[in-house]
This record gives sequence, structure tokens and C-alpha cells, in this order.
Amino acid sequence: MKAKARNADIDISKEFTPEQLKKVDKIIEKFKDRPGALIPVLEEAQMVLEFLPMPILKIIAGGLNLPLSQVYGVVTFYSFFTMTPRGKYTVRVCLGTACYVRGGKAIYDNIKKELNVEEGETTDDRMFTLETVRCIGACGLGPVIFVNDNVHGRLKPAKIKDVLSKYN
Amino acid sequence: MIDLTIDGRKISVREGSSILDAAKSLGIFIPTLCHHPKLSSFGGCRLCIVEIKGTRNPVSSCTAPASEGMEVTTSSPQIERLRKMVLELILSDHPYDCMLCETAGACELQELAYYYDAKHTTYAGERRKYEKRDNNPFLNRDMEKCIMCGKCVKICDEVQGVGAIDFAYRGFKSKVCPQYEEDLNCEFCGQCVSVCPSGALTGRMWARKGRQRDIREVDTVCPYCGTGCNITLHIKNNEIIRVSSSPDTWNEGLLCVKGRFGYEFVNSPDRLTKPLIREGSAFREASWDEALEYTAARLLDIKNSYGSDAIGGLSSAKCTNEENYIFQKFVRAAIGTNNVDHCARLCHAPTVTALASIFGSGAMTNSIAEIENAEVIFIIGSNTKESHPVVANRMIRAFRKGAKIIVADPRRVPLARFSEIFLQQKPGTDVALLNGIAHIIVKEKLYNSEFIKEQTQGFEEWMKSVDSFNPEYTSSITGVPKEKIISAARTYGSSRKAGIFYAMGITQHTTGYDNVCAVANLALLTGNIGRPSCGINPLRGQNNVQGASDAACLPDVYPGYQSVGSPDVREKFEKKWGTPLSAEKGLTATEMMPAAIQGRLKALYIMGENPVLSGPNTGNTIKALESLDFLIVQDIFLTETAKLAHVVLPGSCFAEKDGTFTNTDRTVQLVRKAVEMPGDARDDLQIISAVSARLGYKLEYEGPEEIFREFREVWPNISGISYKRLNKKRLSWPCTSSNHPGTPFLYKQGFPKGKASFTPTAFAPPAEETDAEYPYILTTGRNLYQYHTGTMTRKSGAIESHAGRAYIELNTADAERLNIIQGETIKVSSRRGSINIEARIVDTISSGVVFVPMHYCEAIANILTLDALDSRSKIPEFKACAVMIDKYNSSPPDLI
Repeated sequence: MKAKARNADIDISKEFTPEQLKKVDKIIEKFKDRPGALIPVLEEAQMVLEFLPMPILKIIAGGLNLPLSQVYGVVTFYSFFTMTPRGKYTVRVCLGTACYVRGGKAIYDNIKKELNVEEGETTDDRMFTLETVRCIGACGLGPVIFVNDNVHGRLKPAKIKDVLSKYN
Repeated sequence: MIDLTIDGRKISVREGSSILDAAKSLGIFIPTLCHHPKLSSFGGCRLCIVEIKGTRNPVSSCTAPASEGMEVTTSSPQIERLRKMVLELILSDHPYDCMLCETAGACELQELAYYYDAKHTTYAGERRKYEKRDNNPFLNRDMEKCIMCGKCVKICDEVQGVGAIDFAYRGFKSKVCPQYEEDLNCEFCGQCVSVCPSGALTGRMWARKGRQRDIREVDTVCPYCGTGCNITLHIKNNEIIRVSSSPDTWNEGLLCVKGRFGYEFVNSPDRLTKPLIREGSAFREASWDEALEYTAARLLDIKNSYGSDAIGGLSSAKCTNEENYIFQKFVRAAIGTNNVDHCARLCHAPTVTALASIFGSGAMTNSIAEIENAEVIFIIGSNTKESHPVVANRMIRAFRKGAKIIVADPRRVPLARFSEIFLQQKPGTDVALLNGIAHIIVKEKLYNSEFIKEQTQGFEEWMKSVDSFNPEYTSSITGVPKEKIISAARTYGSSRKAGIFYAMGITQHTTGYDNVCAVANLALLTGNIGRPSCGINPLRGQNNVQGASDAACLPDVYPGYQSVGSPDVREKFEKKWGTPLSAEKGLTATEMMPAAIQGRLKALYIMGENPVLSGPNTGNTIKALESLDFLIVQDIFLTETAKLAHVVLPGSCFAEKDGTFTNTDRTVQLVRKAVEMPGDARDDLQIISAVSARLGYKLEYEGPEEIFREFREVWPNISGISYKRLNKKRLSWPCTSSNHPGTPFLYKQGFPKGKASFTPTAFAPPAEETDAEYPYILTTGRNLYQYHTGTMTRKSGAIESHAGRAYIELNTADAERLNIIQGETIKVSSRRGSINIEARIVDTISSGVVFVPMHYCEAIANILTLDALDSRSKIPEFKACAVMIDKYNSSPPDLI
């Protein structure tokens, strides 16, 4: 995993409000002595914080008296959990068969280059989070991308910059 | 019981057994790669599949419970075809480099592939790619060879209690790794290596030293702590190239980082290979004849001029029983004095003296194996996870089985993670804490009246002595919240299967004797003694410190704790040894140093000890050793102490000789010679008998076995133990006849001296308390990696490269107040001296307390400690003294 996903340098006191952090402590307290507490704690913590950076996983591991490796294993197993902050916009690139043969891969590569992120990552300015999807049922428009709820179809790599610049 | 049929054979198994267990008990082989009898079942490798009549699909036999009337087939063309397919799928994503692989020949995957004729090309396709990296000197992780059996994950979490690694990601991307794929940062016990079925995990230092060909394997005993783990040395060309431990040893194949990876010292180029004689400020090499002649002549000279009592001997708890027996016999019979002692004086002297006076014997009452069945484990003053790691494995297993653990320690030691109650008392307040716990047990009537009435005396009077230790008062002395004291008392007091475990945190105090008595009082109060899985359990430090005590390298007793003051006993030994013996008690190790300074002690013969680092108040120790007319040091390295000697005699290490070690739970085990000594180094027995012969007293034995025979003739407790029996089975004393099975726990039939006495203990503060000038309490101890004065571990490359720097632990708040940052060099001073040392800022130690490990000669912890002694056991107070802390360059810069 890239250093970005570690988020070890995230200062949780700046990233989250004291109320949010207090809520996490309460969640841990609530589930602490129950068997199988980890997943519900992660789930509720993510609802409060939106994402789970390393310092938060450490707090959860400590609070539940579990090894951090185990917490990390669970977080990386379930795609529901995310360790990176979400951008203002989520860019979903379709790599389904139809989009793929019509050049979806080139679109994807171009976006990665443009935003300087890998799949699942968020740009440093927290504007965009990049994801891929397998077919969104808009094959006729392929290759397509979603930006939040907006569909952009019949894309060419050269158009990417223009499309993204509309979002700010 | 459940009856079932496997391959047409009937068998009854206990409820809850798996089909795999049942098949195993019939001797039927079922291949597996992810199963381990001591770990929870996984069912991941799919090799152990079997057919069950009436079930459509094959099931994995390791996870399927045996059930009544079940008919199982373990092998059929269909099953074998599936197994081969599973193997070929594994191989399709496995590097085919058995030619270069460390594990080739011992690889479970390779072996199964061979039997099943499984090829790696059948399902060839995409392969996982991992960057190989890791900074540690112990483990190589070649994760492309990982077959995802998960045994390493389970043993690390379930058994070792660390959980450094786990499965991460999903599907084809899944892999076993530490969090965030960081470098491994764990205890490096290598348990994972020992269970890895492929070449994914290996010892880094094993690389290209040899695999299976031309390897000799020798079973022996680990030379480090008192746990006494059984190890196997793998030898090629007179070099130890690997250490392993078999799963069928008593320690179940578990070892710690020192036992598994700390063997390189044996082959160190720094080993002493020739006798050395001091000339001015330097040494010159000498022949054995010259060195022995010189040694004997000087000893005779001093004996003739000043008398026998001007000579002393310090023996070694690293040496065998036989060597210790001969050493004390040499001092008593050849020199003619009882001035003989060893490092037990610095570790468990209060245990030996106090427990012997209360119960009639001073050793661990129960065996290590019993720990896992305890209900309550009360650990006080023992950092078990670091100092006796494999004992801690048993405690963690007990925890997994539901035992409650109480930990009391001035530092939040690693085992506190498993504790229900953690009490962080101030150093030196143990009597108060233990009395406070007893107070609650008495007040709430949790005690065992029947036991107290039948087996103890002095209860009523003692009860008054704990009367004042109410929770408020106890809390004010110890700093432990009163609720915790109460809950610890209730937890321990209400269990009748509760063991107390303690080590140096209890003994190394000026109140060491009282501390041990206070521990014993708790066991007497609850009757937690004389039965399995309870007791009073001093965890002894050195591999053979129990044996060195048994063999009487002690100034007041002959072998087997028989008093030198008793005329009958003395007569017996005079007859046995054929020479008159001294009736005077000798000097303890801690009394020898002042005696040397005062000029009463003129010569000292030290075998395998390093008091310059291990003794209290280093400045004084050096002064004492320099005051001697003659200092003989017999060792395997030129230690800090050896550097002060007049003659240095090169001895042998554990791997170079036969003999026996007695571990902390009184178990005698065979030590077997594996390699030859380097250069002209000699067997320690030969050296002592050669010196003795030159002093006119013959110590002639055919070998260690004959010495052991003499030892057991003079001490009935081991009279049933022989090398022949030990070759088959380890034996715990008392073992009084040739068919006696040994004694895992003591006092089943009551105490040898009748009723055991409660001993009132009063709280007294440490000899040196903090004040405005010296405001911090210093406590000393060990860490996981280094051992004692580092004579062996610091010569073991891997360990030294990982833990080679001295450090002081201090609390975050103190560091902030003193403006000290992590890793900064600081100056620590006491009234005795000062050291410069790297700061390690932690939150596991209380504010106002600092900790320095004793291992490092660059920053000797004992320069700071004081030589105040416990009046009864003569142990120094290593665990508490007052220090001040300064920034290293705090003196104002020169402004010229």
C-alpha cells in the first residue's frame, strides 16, 4: 500500500472534531466486552468519521485489546471500509467490457495521471476520489465515467481535463 | 464418547474431537498443511478432505467434528485426485526454486508434492509478486512462498499473544503481513518460523549455512533463562548453524528470540582460546601448564600467609550441576573455606532463605506445565513476557482457557495486556501492597479456614499485623487505587486454584526477605499450595541457578541445603570428601566485595560470572576486585571482570560439554555436548580438578556422570535421578528412588517441617528514597533480547544488531518537563556515579520512576545502584535507588 493510504501523518485532532472523537470512544466502550466487536465498531466509527486513518485504527485496536494487524486485515478485507478520506467528488470509471473495448482503460490511465492518484485514493486537495466500476448499464455511451451522480459519456482521453475542470 | 468408523476400523473418541484427531489416533495419515494440534482449526488448505458416508461432498477432516456412527473414508481415487489438484493449485503460485530454498528437504509442501507427483505447470497462470524486504536480523520473509496456511498468524496471536501479522486484503491479493505492510516489529520469537510448512519463513542467519545434508542434531537445554526449554542444535562442521525445538518437547517447540536466534556467541571469534596471564597492564598468552602452576602457586601462597578464609570462590549459574558441585567441593575441601557463593545472591537469595524457613524448602512449588490450568495467576515483580517468555506462553494459554491474570509491577509490562487487573505500585512498596491484599482477604473472610487450622501456625498474631493495611493506607503508600487493591484481593482470595509468580521485583530489595514472606502469607491464607496449578512460584533467572544452589555454591550449606553449622552434617561430608572442613559460615558474594576492600579477602576465583556489571555499585565492585592480591577468572569471553584478573582461564560453553541443568521448576535435564571447544579452551571440570590437584587435593572423576552420582549420594532429594533415566525423561526433584516419577508440585503431603508459619511483615521504605536533589526512583532489570551482563547475547550478532543500545525508559510527562526528546542522550546520576544514556520515552512507566536495563557495559546501570543489603538474605537493592536526570550537554557552552 502506498504511504498515502497509511495516513500516519494525519493529525486526528485537526481532521476530526472533539465530538466525533468522543463518539468513537463511546462506540468502543459500547462494544468492548462483546465477542466479535471489531466489525460493528469499525462500521459505526466510519459512519461518524467517514474514513478510518491509521491513528483511528490504533485507537480501536487499543480499545478492543486487539493487534493492529488484525484490525488492518479486517479493514482491507471488506471493501465497505475505507482508510482514505473521501474527496468532494467521487470519480467512478467504468471498466466493464463494453467501455473497456472502447478505450475505458486509456480514460482511466489518463484520469490517474491527471489527478495523480491510484485507485481508491483521494487527491491531496480532497477534491476527487478515484474508483473503478464494472458496468453501470450505460454501454451505449461508452466509455463512461461518473462524477458523483453525473454521467459523462463518449469520452476521449483528451477531454478528461475539461470534464474534471468543471468540478471545483 | 463417540463411536465412529474410519477406513473400516472402529474407534471411540472424546466429544469435540475432529475426524482428523480420530484418524490420527488410529495412526491413519491424512495430509494437511494448515493444521497444528495446538492451534485453532482453520480448514484452509483443503488437503485433509475425507468422504463421509451419506454426505455428498468431501469435508475437511480438521474442522469436521466426529459424530456418532459416522463412516469415514480417508483415501479414495476421488479424494486423492482432489488432493493432487489442490497441491497443483498451490504450486501454480509458488516459486519453483527448491534448489535454492533454505527449507528444501524439510519442506512440508515439497514432501507432499513429491508423494502426489504434483506439478507446478498444470495450472500455470498469474503469480503473486511481493517485494522482499524486512529490516530485522532474525526472520527472512519470502512471501511468494507463502501458501496462506495461516499457522504463523495463529501461533503469533493465540500462543505468543503478539498478533504481529494477519491476513490482509482479499482474494488473489490477500497476503499475510503486518499492518500497513510495515516491517515486522515483534518479539522475534520465531514461533512462526517453526510452524511454517514452506520456505516462506526462515531464520535469516541460517542462510546458506547448510540444509539437511551432513547435519548432526543434538538435543540439549537452552543456556539462557531458568525456564529450561529443550532445544536441538543443528551442527555442521563443528558449527551450530541452527537451533530448533521439537513440538514433542515439554515446551512444545516454543522458544524465545534468545533461545532460537541467540546461539552465535558459541562460534564467536572473541572466544577465549588460550590462558592469559597479566603482565603489568596487559595480558600475555600462556600455556596451560604455566597458567595452572601460577594459579596454584599464588593460591597456596595466600592460603599459607593469610589462611583459607582469605580466599573466596564465585561459581556460575550458567555452569552445570556437576561443575558447580566440583567448584564448591574444590573451595571447601582443597582451599578449606566456605567462602563460596554465586549469582543467586543477586537474584533469589530472599526466596531461598525465606521459603526454606517457612516451608522447609526454597524452590518453585509448582511446575510450569501446570500454569495453563490455573484459575487465577497473580504475577508480581516479574516481567514474565520478556524474562521468561516461554513461561508467559503458558500463562497466555491459561488466559485463553479463561484464567484471570493479575499483574503488579511498577512498569506496565507486556503481559499486562492480558491482565484483568493491573496494579502499578511504586518501586519498593510490595510489602504494603501484599499486606493490603491480605487485609481485604481477612476482612471479607475469603481465607481458607480449614487449611489455616490444619497446616499453618501463627495466623491470629499475623492477622493483627495486616490490620492497619486498609485500602486507604495501602493506596497512600503504593500509589495503587484502592478499588484495584480490593478487586485483586477478591480475585486471588476467592480462588483455590491460584498461583503467585514473582521474580526480581520482589527479591531485589532491602526488604526482599519480607517481600517473599508477604507472598508466602497470601498462599497460606488461601491454602493455594500443595495442589496442582497453584503455589508460590519464584521464576529463577539463570538456566541453572536452581542447580547451582542445590549443589551448594552457597556459603552456609553443603550440597542439598545441609547446614555447614551442623556438626553431624559436617562430619558426614568430611568423611565423604576425606578432609577436615571449615565449621564457619562463609562470605556471601555481596560480603566478599567489602571484605576485599578491607583486606580480609585476598584472592578470588570467579568461574563464569561478571560482577563488574552484575554487582551493585559498580565503582565499589571494581575497587574491591582491584584490591585483591590475586584474581582468577575462568570464562568463555574476556568479560569486564576478566579484564581485571591476574590470570584468565578459557572455559567451555553449554554446547561443548555434558552435564545437567536444573531449571526453575526443579527439573533436572541432560545437557549434551554438541561441538568441540575453540582453540585450547578446556572443559571447566578439567580446569578445576587440575588446579585442585596442584593444591594437593585430588578431584578425579571419569566424567560428569560420576560427579552426578556423588551428588545424588549426598542429597536424598535427587537419589532417584540418573543419567540413564534423564536420557529418556526429565525429572523434577524430589525424586527419591529409581522408580520415583519425580515431583511436579511440592507439599502434597504437607510441609516437611510440619506446620508452616505466617510471618508478620512490616512496611519499610527503600534504603534510599528520593529527595529534592535526586527526585527520580531508578529501577533496573532486563529486556527481552539481551541476557544478564550480555556476555553471550552481545556476542550474538543478530541480537546485538537489534538491541545493542543502552537506554533509559522515562515517562512522557517527565520527559516533557525536563525538555527531553526521544532518543536524546541524557545524563543520569546517583550518589554513586553517573552514566550517559539514550532516552526512551514511554507511557508504560509511572511519572517519577525510570528504568535502565542492566545489560550494557557502555552505560552500566549498576554504577547508579547502591549496595545496601537485605539484612537476612544479603541481596542488594537493585530495584530502587534515587537518581537525578540532566540533559547531557546542559552545562553552559564555553564562551571564550
